[in-house]
Amino acid sequence: MTTAEKYVTAAYLAVFVVVLVYVLIIALKLTRLEREVAELEQLARVRKAREPETRKAIAVG
Amino acid sequence: MRANRLPLLAALALGLTAAAIAMVFFYAPVDADGFNQKIFYFHVSIALTAYVCFGWGAWKAFVHLWKRKPGADLESYVAIHQGVIFGVLVLVTGSIWARYRWGHWWVWSSNQLVLFLVLFLFYAAYFMLRYSIEEGARRENLSAVYAIFGVVLIPVSWLAIHLAQDIIHPVVFTSHGPQLGGSELVTFVVSLAAVLSLAACMYHVELAGKRLDARLRSLRELLA
Repeated sequence: MTTAEKYVTAAYLAVFVVVLVYVLIIALKLTRLEREVAELEQLARVRKAREPETRKAIAVG
Repeated sequence: MRANRLPLLAALALGLTAAAIAMVFFYAPVDADGFNQKIFYFHVSIALTAYVCFGWGAWKAFVHLWKRKPGADLESYVAIHQGVIFGVLVLVTGSIWARYRWGHWWVWSSNQLVLFLVLFLFYAAYFMLRYSIEEGARRENLSAVYAIFGVVLIPVSWLAIHLAQDIIHPVVFTSHGPQLGGSELVTFVVSLAAVLSLAACMYHVELAGKRLDARLRSLRELLA
């Protein structure tokens, strides 16, 4: 491999690495968002379970 | 952007990037400068994409101040973030190329390089300003004004090479048109399209993440 080829490879690798780091950061963020959604889902379930039954029975038909 | 368009944009970015890399190495000829000239196709495309991102960020900032459109501030922020990412890439790929061509990683006497660094640092400081102010209308307005001021540096940076007395940085796009052969120009256009589509894809992915984050925060407040 010539010196020029090494420099060209380094430049293209730098672009690839930066894009890869960006993808990694987005993946970490998605993991955090997924965890937050799960927490909120759990919170909503707990609140629903605690709510007293307020609906009245009505005749149908 | 509608959710079903994002995978299409990602597929387009992937296809164009693969085509651009193939064209750079197997279609475009090795010119008089030698093999190192292959860096040009992505280095210049990334630089132009950084300008587009900063310009888009400034436009969205203007829309925020003018029409008070909800979400324009967030769009401006994400565009400037993309611009800074591509700015880092311009500086890294440029330095690698400079080390080979000129024997130095950086040349302070080149106005083109220094003005791009000023533009990059100006927009890097945008985040310091933004996060030094509490969330709300004041932060959005000050960030928007700052983003609009920065856009003035884009034409200055672009024209610097023509105004500069030094001849160290090569000039490809002159008033007589691009100084490239047919196949070189086609390769450059495909590379530019690839980098622009990659930036658009990254912009929409980050924007979707930020919007989802904001919605989850308001949902948490509602459930608290």
